[in-house]
Amino acid sequence: MKVSMPRWFYQLASPRWFYSFTGKLLPWFGLATLVFLSVGLVWGLVFAPADYQQGNSFRIIYIHVPSSILAQSCYMLMAISGAIGLIWKMKIAHIIAQVCAPIGASIAVMSLATGAIWGKPTWGAWWVWDARLTAMLVLLFLYIGVIALHAAFENKASADKAAAILALVGLVNIPIIKYSVEWWNTLHQGATFTITEKPAMPPEMWIPLLIMVLGFYCFFSVVLMGHARVELLEREKRSDWVKQLIERY
Amino acid sequence: MSFFYATLKRELLLVFRHRSDIINPLAFFLMVAVLFPLGVSPDPTFLSEVASGVIWVAALLACLLSVDGIFRSDYEDGSLEQMLISSESLWAIVTAKVITHWIVSGFFLALISPLVAMMFFLPEPAYPSLIASLLLGTPTLSLMGAIGSALTVGLRKGGVLISLLVLPLYIPVLIFGAGTVQAGAMGLPIQGYLALLAAILVFSLMLAPIAIVAALKISVRS
Amino acid sequence: MLLEVKDLFCERDERILFKRFSMQVKAGEVVQIIGQNGSGKTTLLRILCGLSDAYEGEIFWQDQLINDVRHAYYQAMLYVGHLAGVKGILTAEENLQWMVQLDSSLNKCSIAKALKLVGLYGFEDVPCHSLSAGQQRRVGLARLYLSNAPLWILDEPFTALDKKGVAEKEAFIAEHVSAGGSVILTTHHDLSIPKQIIRPINLDEMAR
Repeated sequence: MKVSMPRWFYQLASPRWFYSFTGKLLPWFGLATLVFLSVGLVWGLVFAPADYQQGNSFRIIYIHVPSSILAQSCYMLMAISGAIGLIWKMKIAHIIAQVCAPIGASIAVMSLATGAIWGKPTWGAWWVWDARLTAMLVLLFLYIGVIALHAAFENKASADKAAAILALVGLVNIPIIKYSVEWWNTLHQGATFTITEKPAMPPEMWIPLLIMVLGFYCFFSVVLMGHARVELLEREKRSDWVKQLIERY
Repeated sequence: MSFFYATLKRELLLVFRHRSDIINPLAFFLMVAVLFPLGVSPDPTFLSEVASGVIWVAALLACLLSVDGIFRSDYEDGSLEQMLISSESLWAIVTAKVITHWIVSGFFLALISPLVAMMFFLPEPAYPSLIASLLLGTPTLSLMGAIGSALTVGLRKGGVLISLLVLPLYIPVLIFGAGTVQAGAMGLPIQGYLALLAAILVFSLMLAPIAIVAALKISVRS
Repeated sequence: MLLEVKDLFCERDERILFKRFSMQVKAGEVVQIIGQNGSGKTTLLRILCGLSDAYEGEIFWQDQLINDVRHAYYQAMLYVGHLAGVKGILTAEENLQWMVQLDSSLNKCSIAKALKLVGLYGFEDVPCHSLSAGQQRRVGLARLYLSNAPLWILDEPFTALDKKGVAEKEAFIAEHVSAGGSVILTTHHDLSIPKQIIRPINLDEMAR
């Protein structure tokens, strides 16, 4: 299954190149994170108008929605990197998949926690078996499975491959799980107030939301690159370029 | 094809020589089901309401219990190594093993499920839907479980880990399976539900063996 | 040249087992892999028979990379590992019947003869779990007597065998080699096979 890919793809595969490239990217992404998150938060929490039904409690949307979106994209990234690692035997891809799992799991926890906090004033209960919350909980379980499987192997190379297969199996199943949970929800709950199907938001509400989503993605990239660089150094600690790097400091 | 039948014959022989492999999951299924009236309430109206879910959860756990063994003994005695370096197709072996697991933990379980249904006061019109949903849903459970089994076969502590990997994947089958029985109990048509279960089965039949074969290679070659 | 290993590199748990390791196996020779415990004998054999891909380097089967000709290679190779692949719940005969199905290079017709040759005459119908360790090992080794494969890879084939059993297996290995086959094996025991057909490879020297 050899498919020829553009040059940058193979460059990415070189640990040394990846390390120096992400080293250059990191400060810019850090800066973007800072700008997007501070602008988005201040705009969203202070200046955006209050919701006519929910008042100020709706403002948690500025954390909840970006983390929900991010938790799902992170799983996708994890599975796709795992597949790239399996097909092209690329170390970097496996490293990215490995560090995606705990980050994605924490973001999923954040999404669930903010959902619960939002649920209290809206539904009067910390937990409601809402379709989206339930699907997010299952996504968290999928993350936990991948993390547990990776940790159970002593040999890193096998751990990477096994976790990649599980992540791919999960990726294929996610649409089925989502569909089944939504279907189950409509069967058991009838028409309830869902938090995400709202009347069209005015721009002063959704623009800060968009900024927050961008900020979350930048933040995620910063954390991902940081963790990947550490993992890379750990795995390559006996290679010459890492030794040179250590000597320089 | 003759190789596939030879493998299936061997697997069935192994299971039928070891009767406890057949009886244990069924006994487990009955015991788990019995825990619910004891733990919650023996009230017939309550039990008939939760029957579909309880029977399906118990079936799912019984399947999960036995799934760890699909490849374990072959790994431990070296047969799995020989299978991997055989010129015959690993796909045939995997399929034969999954079918055997399903016969033991799905087919027989579907046959005794009316017994539990009776103890849970499930309305009689729901019986066919219960058996049909179990017959169509449990093969998917065996296929998904075999992925988990193949991924963890090289690890010393497979048991709890395998549940973590496999249980989230069982959710759609649980939802549609229990949904079928509920619809059956209310006298609604169940063809749609069965079609969904069948679709999931066909889908897993196509993709799961690929994952199982890849996982076995990783487990043995590590 | 049946099998050729070029420039093999393998590390396990941050310890280098092989570095620039090369070897060749010709028709009509026994390659005996020698080394201390932990020197990587089993790892090497597993790499050679395609049961491990944790290595860098190239392995050729009749001048083609084994990854490209796996199917042909598996048909031409017989591997007997530490584990015999014998199911305790099946009889010796049932075990062999399955192995013959699994490996098309095994001769289907002579199972009874092979069991007789390994000294299990009269034990064909006994479940293997009630056989002794040596007898179970013999069931696994009975595959040698069924095999048409030119290359045998044997990992400690003589463990648990008695003196007579070892002598018989050695004689059979010598016979296979004189008929143009080759054998790669690990053993701690001095082979009583004509010295000119044995080529020892010492892994302890290779690693340094």
